[in-house]
Amino acid sequence: MTSSSVQSWGRYPHKPQFVYSAEWRNELSTLLHKLTAQHKSLLPFGNGRSYGDSCLSLSDHVVQVRPLNRFISADWQTGRIVAEAGVTLEEILHAAIPNGWFLPVTPGTKFVTLGGAIANDVHGKNHHVRGTFGCHVIQFGLIRSDRPACVCSTTENIDLFTATIGGLGLTGIIDWVELQLMPVESSQISTVTIRFESLDEFIQLSNELDHQHEYSVAWVDCAAKGDATGRGVFIVGDHCKTGDLRVSEAKKLNVPLVPPISAINQLTLNVFNTVYFHKHKSTRQYALSDYDPFFYPLDSINNWNRIYGPKGFQQYQCVIPGGNAKAAIHELLKTISASGNGSFLAVLKRCGDIKSPGLLSFPLSGISLALDFAQSTYIDDKLFPALDKIVSEAEGRLYPAKDAHMSAEHFQQYYPEWTKLNQLKDPHLCSHFWNRVSSS
Amino acid sequence: MKKILIVGATSAMARAYARIWADKNAAFFLVARDPVKLQQTADDLLARGASAVHTAILDATDIASHKTVVDDCFNKLSAIEVALIAHGTLPDQAACQTSVDTALTEFANNGTSTIALLTELGNRFEQQHFGTIAVITSVAGDRGRPSNYLYGSAKAAVTTFCEGLRARLYKSGVHLVDIKPGFVDTPMTQGLNLPKALVATPETIATYIDKAISKKKDVVYAPWFWFWILLIIRNVPQFIFKKTNL
Repeated sequence: MTSSSVQSWGRYPHKPQFVYSAEWRNELSTLLHKLTAQHKSLLPFGNGRSYGDSCLSLSDHVVQVRPLNRFISADWQTGRIVAEAGVTLEEILHAAIPNGWFLPVTPGTKFVTLGGAIANDVHGKNHHVRGTFGCHVIQFGLIRSDRPACVCSTTENIDLFTATIGGLGLTGIIDWVELQLMPVESSQISTVTIRFESLDEFIQLSNELDHQHEYSVAWVDCAAKGDATGRGVFIVGDHCKTGDLRVSEAKKLNVPLVPPISAINQLTLNVFNTVYFHKHKSTRQYALSDYDPFFYPLDSINNWNRIYGPKGFQQYQCVIPGGNAKAAIHELLKTISASGNGSFLAVLKRCGDIKSPGLLSFPLSGISLALDFAQSTYIDDKLFPALDKIVSEAEGRLYPAKDAHMSAEHFQQYYPEWTKLNQLKDPHLCSHFWNRVSSS
Repeated sequence: MKKILIVGATSAMARAYARIWADKNAAFFLVARDPVKLQQTADDLLARGASAVHTAILDATDIASHKTVVDDCFNKLSAIEVALIAHGTLPDQAACQTSVDTALTEFANNGTSTIALLTELGNRFEQQHFGTIAVITSVAGDRGRPSNYLYGSAKAAVTTFCEGLRARLYKSGVHLVDIKPGFVDTPMTQGLNLPKALVATPETIATYIDKAISKKKDVVYAPWFWFWILLIIRNVPQFIFKKTNL
């Protein structure tokens, strides 16, 4: 066993996880049983892209599934692949693109594993037309400590299938996954970019453009105050109908070390956001983009999570349902800009109404807002409680994959189905997150 | 199309190397001891783009079977551009000191089995008049250290053998490269307390193997800094070296 340790993407809370590596899927069951005899609780760990404490085991000992990164089969006629749970979305794109296939749903980083994508039921810029990642999962294998290995699908072990999608790794260790890919004719994306001055304008654009395009997302200026609140840049895109099927080999930058203090502060934030906003035109700009910078702008900077300094950061991602969305998002943005905190990358996304098979899937039909905050006692004690109040009153909810602060009361209000997951949970798997939000 | 033979195909470094060429539609003949792991490895390469993957199960110390497996490989692939010998174990030095059987078994795993394979492959490549044989040895072969001299001496035997074979095969247009990795993060080194800054991933070593083959290097330390570390270690005089616990 290795003596290395891992942490969550936000590097907060600081709870280094001791790693046991799973190397071969036929040995996973034996490994799990051996480890459950030694540790009270464990948790599967993928590629460490969950931000908060949902990927941190209560005992601080995790089973690292990332080495299980083999494809099992790929049918390029039908676009169905079967692969081990530690395969990353980047590896899938690498194999699939030259064959004319693409991920049906992809989050903002390609460095998540298949297992992680299911456990968090991730979504992407096409949620309004394709739903979540879980909507495209045909079946998967699940290894549990209390019963023999089983296959879960919409026809077999249905309760475990729905509990595992968005189940935060608590229902067992996924060892392999069968996924349906989406056909594409080119790896390039044709994009339309347009600046908006307010939330009203964002909603108008979204109403007009979302249903015409596969992908839709917006950058919002979280530092803008007063009349400028809610201004941003709206981006829609589609796979080109013609062009190369080429895997991106983008050059990478790296943040080689953790700066002593966060590089994100009120000054850098105001300057960046103002410049970025004015860089875009108020008329529609048409362009062709490689898929990589379109979907994964931050992936081109290795270890970007280090820029927030030694204390780390928290991401705040909420979704507010339809009718309440405009007023609540406006209120959230006002509160954030008044605080002077926030991040360069703040994302607004209209989510659609396609239902996920997952019990604890995050998206709701409405508007989602996501942004990062350098860790401080101010955000814990003042800012987040204020934001939580707005979200809770607007009947919205927070995203467990990004969370390190949600209260049990709020979680149980946001996800009434949590009791079902609690019943189906593997008795030997538990995270710091679950320990916090499932308490009474 | 590249045609590649890999012995010890389920090892982490071999799998990482094979993936580089699966992407480029190479054909493979994979040899390993464990049939389940071998199949998993083969399936992975096929899905990633390999044009063909043949397999054979072999315990490398079963020297009598070497010829059959090599014959099978040449029959299936008709020629071999690259042969990578990557099998091996990391012996428990203490156990090798108390049991002669363990010591000789481990010497066979890491030394004589490779020498036997190289003899068979060397003759076939000599007739073929092209191609590269790549052998993974170790920086441990550069000096007999008290903490693992059984492993080190087996690797040293292979390295010296390779030096002679390289000079012989050179005359028939065949190249032989000796790859000497330092610490690598693989299942074989799990549980060892290794200095983090010196540990490389199997993927890093794989790129060194690939470059060494394409550039026809003779001996390659992977990563590069091990060349300098070993340069120093090789020059420590015996009267000092024997007092260390390296």
